[in-house]
Amino acid sequence: MDCINAKYVSQKISKTRWRPVSASSLQQPELLATGSWDNEDNKVSIWSVGENGGSNMEDEFEEIPVTVASVFFFGFFFNLFQFLDQDRLVTASSSGAVTIYNLKSESQTLSVLHTWEGAHHYQCARAPCTAVVCSSPELVSVGEDGRVVLYKADQSRIVRTIENADSSTIHAVTFLRTAEVLTVNSIGQLKLWDLRQGNEPAQILTLTGDRVPLHCVDKHPNQQHIVATGGQDGMLCIWDVRQGSVPFSLMEAHSAEMWEVHFHPSNPDHLFTCSEDGSLLHWETSSGSDTPSFLQGRNSSMMSRSATAPAGGNQSLISAWLSGDSSKGRLETTHMLPSQTLSVNSLDVLGQCLVCGTDGEAVYIHRRVLV
Amino acid sequence: MEEVDVEPTTTLIPGVGLKQKHLGFEWGPGDILVYETNFRPTKSLRAGSGCPSVHVVRKDEDIYSPILRKLFNESHHIFVGLQNITEDVPSKNKKPQFVSISKNYRSVIRACMEELHTCCAHLVLFVLRLHSQVSILLATELIWNLCEVLFIDAAPAGCLLLHLLDWVRLHKADVDEKAKEVLQSDSPTNHLAYWDVVRDFILQGRVDEARHVLTKQASVQAASRTLYQLMDTLLHKMPVFNPSGTQTLTEFDMKWRHWHEECDRCLQDKSFASNPHLETICKILLGDEDAMLEHKELLGTWYHFLVSRLLFSHPTVKPAELHYYAKSSMDMFLDSRSVPEPLDSILLAAFEFDLHQVIKDCSIALNNWWFVAHLTDLLDHCKLLQSHNLHFGSNLREFLVLEYASGLVSHHSLWQLAVDYFDHCPEFGRVYLELQLERVPLETERKALKVLRICEQRHMTEQVRSICKIMAKRALSNNRLGSALSWSIRAKDAGFATLISERFLQDYCTRGSFSDLDLIDNLGPAMLLSDRLTFLGKYREFHRLYGENKFTEAGKLLLSLMTAKIAPRSFWMTLLTDALPLLEQKEVHIYTHTHTHTLSCVFVCVFQGEDVETAKLELLRLALARNLAMAIVKEGTVEA
Repeated sequence: MDCINAKYVSQKISKTRWRPVSASSLQQPELLATGSWDNEDNKVSIWSVGENGGSNMEDEFEEIPVTVASVFFFGFFFNLFQFLDQDRLVTASSSGAVTIYNLKSESQTLSVLHTWEGAHHYQCARAPCTAVVCSSPELVSVGEDGRVVLYKADQSRIVRTIENADSSTIHAVTFLRTAEVLTVNSIGQLKLWDLRQGNEPAQILTLTGDRVPLHCVDKHPNQQHIVATGGQDGMLCIWDVRQGSVPFSLMEAHSAEMWEVHFHPSNPDHLFTCSEDGSLLHWETSSGSDTPSFLQGRNSSMMSRSATAPAGGNQSLISAWLSGDSSKGRLETTHMLPSQTLSVNSLDVLGQCLVCGTDGEAVYIHRRVLV
Repeated sequence: MEEVDVEPTTTLIPGVGLKQKHLGFEWGPGDILVYETNFRPTKSLRAGSGCPSVHVVRKDEDIYSPILRKLFNESHHIFVGLQNITEDVPSKNKKPQFVSISKNYRSVIRACMEELHTCCAHLVLFVLRLHSQVSILLATELIWNLCEVLFIDAAPAGCLLLHLLDWVRLHKADVDEKAKEVLQSDSPTNHLAYWDVVRDFILQGRVDEARHVLTKQASVQAASRTLYQLMDTLLHKMPVFNPSGTQTLTEFDMKWRHWHEECDRCLQDKSFASNPHLETICKILLGDEDAMLEHKELLGTWYHFLVSRLLFSHPTVKPAELHYYAKSSMDMFLDSRSVPEPLDSILLAAFEFDLHQVIKDCSIALNNWWFVAHLTDLLDHCKLLQSHNLHFGSNLREFLVLEYASGLVSHHSLWQLAVDYFDHCPEFGRVYLELQLERVPLETERKALKVLRICEQRHMTEQVRSICKIMAKRALSNNRLGSALSWSIRAKDAGFATLISERFLQDYCTRGSFSDLDLIDNLGPAMLLSDRLTFLGKYREFHRLYGENKFTEAGKLLLSLMTAKIAPRSFWMTLLTDALPLLEQKEVHIYTHTHTHTLSCVFVCVFQGEDVETAKLELLRLALARNLAMAIVKEGTVEA
């Protein structure tokens, strides 16, 4: 549990993201953004996480995030954001507005580039936006009003709105391919939308059994038919979007709502989940040919129960996530946080750096994640 | 009404009560609402309009300070850790753990102080407030540290003095800066503060450092070298109790008395008479109070004086003897001032080992319950508080923790911390929590989910139902039927689910088609939550089957809907109308003779009921009759 640094920041963190580094550089990310919630005036802040004080013989880094810039949302309760690219940030708030900010780290400011007001609304009131996803230059946002809204970063008008996309709240959204998005809602459905055509979902997938709300979704970086979702009961589901309308495997991950799930962007055999129960889990799967060495600090592995066997074909071509037989594929889970905390609301991983934010008003940074 | 311990403080509220109008007020969870009434004690000719605003008066500003918030969050973490450790380890080995927890709390206070201090440098505007916050934190850390030394660590004679010395040294850190300044100057021995530094070190018992500084003097003044050597030997020989060593307290005492006599001899011989500085030092070493009091500014506080006095006159002081020395030290030191400050009386109570007085005085002096709640909780775990039953039934620890948590709950963000505090109050915590959770504002679904999770983990079913109902009602008013249904499912609220189904059915009746098909088509087992919902699901299934031309199944489903008695009465006519095309089917024979009979019974009920269009009735009657005829014929025919 070394190499994990905690900083108390006097705000409950709703979202935290590393600023993307350019693909060519092998640097670790140095800027970090956090969004607060539940304050009377919430804000999105940018922090700089450099190496302060140099490294000692024991390789301990004393890293203290220092605020570089911040922008206030007065009076709105919940804010989330995503990085559009290195210099732009998209925020969505509980007022239903979506805004693009320009980040100038030299001058340490965040300036508004454009706002779409009232993108999410009810008939007579504002509706909170619940998630926003970017695939430059396109943006998609979803909200409690059940709308899916499309924008283009440089266009001031909304490109398209899918009205009544869902009769319940849409909790999360992710791009599957260009012009295809996947949404999850509070009645436990995964909906695939083709943005070029129609106002109806192209496909609906659900868990049989109780309609447990799904809170987060993420797609495999390389194999776009593999999707992971996390639900209100803390179950992690892996889906194969091509086949069938039921999840491929179900794993009991947490004892409360899972707020975020992320595949590691460059090493997709690793998955990270964080939850209301105050834990952050690091899942590692391997194809099972050689046993991975056990390192210190690892906890017990969790059982993986798969629903169906793979449809055949070469074992090596199928991702380790879909190898149905748990004796062949190995799944290891590690708790990343040293002790029980209040809910971990958000996490982000880039390279070897992991950051997460909690309701205990703390940000944890781990710079040496084993991936 | 009990006696009041201190005079209540007056707070001025700007802009209110100016025209001698009476104020009205209302208690809130952490604050008071104050408003002007129209009542005036003296009659005045001017009518005058009242002040239109309502004022919110808060006692505790600290929870709104961004830096102090860290104190609350970090100490919450430590508090939860403390509650959880006590089960595993046997009570004998717990003391070091408690001491380390106490040190954790103190380091959190210090970290906050450091940050406030750096903030003072940056924010010129708020300097006054920050300075007072810093000094309050300093005082709290001082008191906590003393409590840790006296109560939690509970050192016996010998070690006690060492710990007290550490305590004093920690809170008087300017000596090192002064020493550095002096030693780094061109001519240390001529520096104005030189002798002050030496005396300071000696008063704090840092004998070796004093010797080091003195050597500078010895090297400069060759003539008095023997004098300085004598002093150096004296200082070097001063016995210091080693708790981990083999020497017993009695042996140490003997050695110390021996050394004390030697110092006395030096003084009587007038060995240091030529150098007044060294003579003063010798007197200090002998524990001469007047000599020490000559340097009040070096001591700074009466408790520093107390510890120095003990160091040089009674190093084997026992805990029980402390209060006598404390009182006399305070009297000797503070002879000019009339009233001791609150801090002084708290420290004195601590030296008298009167825990309850310490807690009581701290509660009065500080404006929020943070300090007393956490300290009392820790002391309670160390089993140092006698069960002191208060008039309201719970014990002191629980009372203070409840007060603290209640203060937290009124904060828009820190309410989540309060939950853990309530959890660890066995008698009243749950009730408080139930009442408070119902009052947390639910601005977004995400927050409602978090509050719900808290309630569900503690099996507070009433609160779960109430919150889900609020969210479902809100969703319903915004026309989000799917959301409303998912909230009802979570609360297992059959009544609300029925309400939502009614809305759907109403929509269908007015528009002729279903809205939100994605929801109704995929109800799954949730359908069984309420009869109406089941009906809705099955009715939609009927429509689907019909659309797929699966008429037989559709027909059977429709019939079962009518016979199972889950269809609302108002819907029967609609169902019969739906049955009409099925009855008319020429190619496929759907309804058997018995089925048709059942349908006819339904028809009769409807017919006898409200006004229905006669045309429809006629059509139905005709269709039923024809169907019956066909059925009888078909079933009666023997296949050749």
